[in-house]
Amino acid sequence: MTAQAPTSLPSPWPMFRAMVGVGLACGLGIVGMFLATRGTIERNRAEALRAAIFQVLPTAHSHETFVWNDDSGFAPATPEASGPQVYAAYGEQGQLVGLALEDAGMGYQDVIRVLYGYALDAQAIVGLAVLESRETPGLGDRIETDPAFRANFERLDATLSPDGASLANAIVAVKNGEKQHPWQIDGITGATISAEAIAAILHRSASAWAPRVQQRRGDFAGAGTGHDAD
Amino acid sequence: MTPIEPERPDAVNDLTRGLWRDNPVFVQVLGMCPALAVSNTALNALAMGLATLFVLLASAVVVSALRHVVPKQVRIATYILIIATFVTIVDMAIQAISLDLHRALGAFISLIVVNCLILGRAEAFASRNPIGRSVLDGLGMGIGFTFALLSLGAVREILGAGTLFGLRVLPEAFEPWVVMLLPSGGFFTLAGWLLVFNAFQRRRQAAAGEVSP
Repeated sequence: MTAQAPTSLPSPWPMFRAMVGVGLACGLGIVGMFLATRGTIERNRAEALRAAIFQVLPTAHSHETFVWNDDSGFAPATPEASGPQVYAAYGEQGQLVGLALEDAGMGYQDVIRVLYGYALDAQAIVGLAVLESRETPGLGDRIETDPAFRANFERLDATLSPDGASLANAIVAVKNGEKQHPWQIDGITGATISAEAIAAILHRSASAWAPRVQQRRGDFAGAGTGHDAD
Repeated sequence: MTPIEPERPDAVNDLTRGLWRDNPVFVQVLGMCPALAVSNTALNALAMGLATLFVLLASAVVVSALRHVVPKQVRIATYILIIATFVTIVDMAIQAISLDLHRALGAFISLIVVNCLILGRAEAFASRNPIGRSVLDGLGMGIGFTFALLSLGAVREILGAGTLFGLRVLPEAFEPWVVMLLPSGGFFTLAGWLLVFNAFQRRRQAAAGEVSP
C-alpha cells in the first residue's frame, strides 16, 4: 500500500502537500501543452475553414470574415466584435463572388452543421459542405457522399421575393426523382429525414441571410483586394 | 481482474500479462465504452488505442513515482487529477495532429479520464510497484487494449464498409453490412472475438493438463 501504517491517521499536512503539489504540476503541464499546441490548432482550424469555404465557393480566391449587427449591418470581424459570422469570398480581381454561411439543425441522429455557398448575382446556393454530422452510416450519411444528392447544390435556387424580405420559393426536399423546380432538393431514398433536415436548415438559414446580404451588399465591397487568405 | 495463473513477479510477465492472458478488453472486459463506441473503423480504433496507451503509460510513471508521497486518503483524487491532465494533453495533441481525427473520436477522448482500465491499473499496480515494473505493466496493458480495439475496428470496417484503413479490401460487388458500423455491430464483433478468445484459452488450458469446467 502506501507508506503509512494502516492504524495511524496521517496529519493533514501530507494530504494537503500532495494534492496541492500534484495540482500545481498538472496545471503547469496543461498550460504548457496549451501554449505549445495553440498555434498549430488555430492554423488547423483556419485551414479547415478555408478548405470548406473554397469547397462551397470554388471560384473564390480569398475570403474575409464579417460580423452581423442588427443595427449597423456587416462589419469586418475584429477580436472584440460579437455576433453571427459570415465569410465573404472574393475572386481573383477582388470582386465579391459569394458568401459562405454556416448553420445547423437537427438531423436524424444528432445536430447537422453545414456551410453553404450563396452566390449573390445568381441568388442561388452553389455549394454545400457538411461540417458535422452523425447520420447513420450508409443511409443518412449519403447527404455527404451521394453524388446525385450533392448535385442538388450545384445551383439551388434561393431567389428573393419581389419585396426582398424573404425567399420567393421555400427550399424543400422532394421524393427522389420528383424534383421539378430549381428550389427543390431531390431527396435520398432511405434517408428522407436527413435530406429533409438539410432542406430545413437551408430554407431557414437562407430566409434569414439572403435578404440581409442582398440589402447590405455594399458592406462587403473593397475588402477583397489585398486580403488573400494566404 | 482475477488472473488465471498465479502471478510471477518478473519483468516479462509484467509486460506480457496485459497483451494476452489478462487482456483488458477480452479477459478483464474493462474500458468497454471506447472499445465499443470508437472501434467502427480501424483508424479510429488505432488512434483511441494509442491515446489510451499514452495516458496509461504516463500516469503509471507518475503514480508510481509518487507512491510514497501521496497519502492513501487522497490517492483516488490525485490519480484522477494526474490521469485527467494526461488526457487533456492527448486531446490537445490530437487536435494539433488532425482535426478530422479529433472530430471522429469526438467526446471519447475526454472520456479516457473515466476509462476504468487506467484508474484500475494505477490503483492495483502502479501505486504498489516501482516505476520500471509500472512502465512494463502500463505498456503491456496499453498494447493489449490497442490490439483489442484494432481487432474490433478491423472486423467492423471490413464487413461494414469493405475497407481497411480506408483502403478497399473487399470487391465493389460486396454489399456492406452497415449494421457493423452502428453501435450494435460493436457488440456483435465483441461477442465474436470473445468466443474465439475463450475457445483458444480453453484449448490451451486443456493442453496444459488443467481440467476446464
